[in-house]
Amino acid sequence: MSNVRNKKRAGSSLPFFFKDSTIVSFIIILISSILLYITFTFDIVPPILNRGIQPATFPKALLLLIISLTLIIFFLSIKKPWKEEKKLPTEFYITLGCFLLFLFVSKFLDFFLGISLLSAIVSYFWGERRLIFILFVSILFPIIVFIFFETILGLRFPSGIITDLYYS
Amino acid sequence: MENLSFILAPLFSSKLLIVLFLGTLFGLVLGVLPGLGPTTGGALILPFTMTLDPISAIVLLTAIYCAGTYGGAITAILINTPGTPAAAATCLDGYPLAQKGEAGRALGMATVSSVVGGLISVLVLIFFAPLLAQLAYEFGQPEYFALAIFGLTMLASIGEGSPIKNLIAGAFGILISTVGKDFMTSIDRFTFGINELTEGIGFIPVVVGLFAISEMLTQSTLLNQVFNRVALKAVKLPTKDDYKKTWKTILRSSGIGSFIGVLPAEGGTVASLIGYSEAKRWSKKPEDFGKGSIEGIAGAEAANNAATGGAMVPTLALGIPGSATTAVILTGLIIHGVRPGPDLFREQPEFLYGIFGSMLIANILFFILGFFGAKLFARITLVPNKLLWPMIFAISVCGTYSLSQSLTDVWIMLLFGVIGFFMRRYGFSVVPVIIGLILGELVEGTLRQSLVIFEGNWLMFFQRPIVLIFFILSLIALGFPLIKKKKI
Repeated sequence: MSNVRNKKRAGSSLPFFFKDSTIVSFIIILISSILLYITFTFDIVPPILNRGIQPATFPKALLLLIISLTLIIFFLSIKKPWKEEKKLPTEFYITLGCFLLFLFVSKFLDFFLGISLLSAIVSYFWGERRLIFILFVSILFPIIVFIFFETILGLRFPSGIITDLYYS
Repeated sequence: MENLSFILAPLFSSKLLIVLFLGTLFGLVLGVLPGLGPTTGGALILPFTMTLDPISAIVLLTAIYCAGTYGGAITAILINTPGTPAAAATCLDGYPLAQKGEAGRALGMATVSSVVGGLISVLVLIFFAPLLAQLAYEFGQPEYFALAIFGLTMLASIGEGSPIKNLIAGAFGILISTVGKDFMTSIDRFTFGINELTEGIGFIPVVVGLFAISEMLTQSTLLNQVFNRVALKAVKLPTKDDYKKTWKTILRSSGIGSFIGVLPAEGGTVASLIGYSEAKRWSKKPEDFGKGSIEGIAGAEAANNAATGGAMVPTLALGIPGSATTAVILTGLIIHGVRPGPDLFREQPEFLYGIFGSMLIANILFFILGFFGAKLFARITLVPNKLLWPMIFAISVCGTYSLSQSLTDVWIMLLFGVIGFFMRRYGFSVVPVIIGLILGELVEGTLRQSLVIFEGNWLMFFQRPIVLIFFILSLIALGFPLIKKKKI
């Protein structure tokens, strides 16, 4: 499969199911269909209380519209294919991975630590090698932002191993 | 006369003048930095505005809007990268002229034409917004429904990119607005048992995600990009000869920009492209375009700044955002308890005319700051992305968290950041999502309330003349791209 992908990058014509337009259309239709199915589980208002339309009718109409329009762009893409996108670089996946790391750290350890870790890793993998600058974006700047939000907006940040030290 | 005193009021308030100065300064910085701009910047600053009174908050946001739109030209001219999408057309002639050693002249023309465009558009706003609001007094629920539909179809047809993809994005935005408790029956929709979702998905997490976080992901794919910077000595005011060549272009583009701005679409970006192409069409030397034509810069810059005032017309008069940035301003109004629309003109004219006056002052302020400080602002682009974006991430996360002190909002922001990245990658503009989200409640609410009025008879929509006019205009808007054979 990776060979086929490589061929695609080289610009060769591909079977339709490997094309971006097919994959994107398929994902949109799949998610919309799942959401459409979910709308059938919404509570129904008894006719005597119902004002206008049922709460599920409007989202159902929107999802059907999205599915229909996606089918149109898919069929149009057969005639006029989309521009093939370049392969995403490693830095993109690292940044995306950092988002997941941030989710985990801020939820289970500390919000501030999550921001610091993400800032340090992103800065490093985006090419920053000077320690002083990495420390600036990962420690000093988040501290400034924290203090600013805390004092000016009166915000209380979620509990965590470092934040609790600050509040105590 | 009373309204004139309201317009001039910000001049006599030291607090508003300070807010205007800071907003203009911040707007210029945001406009200069590629990938940021007034929409993302406005969204990032929204939580901070909670510490201000409503008029100061909106004045700050509008100053960012005016100055940010102009700021994009500095980067467009000096490094051939538009600071904001609205400055894309400015690159075409601004950078070649800068390469010829005339960066100061190019920036001078961009500054003057931006200010003229901006001032003309504020005059359009002062004149047309009250008229439009007066017209809207006649509107009932069905008319507002038809108007919102018209707004969305316009967005699809004259927005950037494929109209069908724009429609999908707009429908997606409206779909997001349906998450949470149904406002008429309190039945949960798409809440998946998550308590925080019963209140619905907030505007700020979505807009910060779609603009700031998705841009951060985009920047991660552009790390090897090399900018060729042109040195700037000083900004030069246009010469008599330059004025002679461009005054007609500036006036024409100001008119085009103001008109395009009024239509609910991607305001400045579309306006500058049309302003540029019209400048070329009417020029005596169209062959110079793309090679450093001073008329090209004037045409693009006057139009994109003129779109700012134009876009504020439907935003303030009808509560329908004219562009992505005005959607952020609209949110600012709503979170400060101000509901734009015809009633606002009747009940709080001093508030509205204060905004108009502030926009006039903001245009003059960015002229002064741009003229004397362009060299300094250009240096901001030297801040490398590897330092800038982690800092923006910290502000985005804290700003999003601050609104309802909920980590769920932060997760939503990150999710929409990823969605926004892939949408942009595959040619779906994220602006219709924002407009759809803003208009979603209006569309569904007015549709359902209309059906209650009509006792479920859909055909009664067609018995109301204003509704019929908006539906016909919507059909024309949908058919327009087919006539123009736009790309799908």
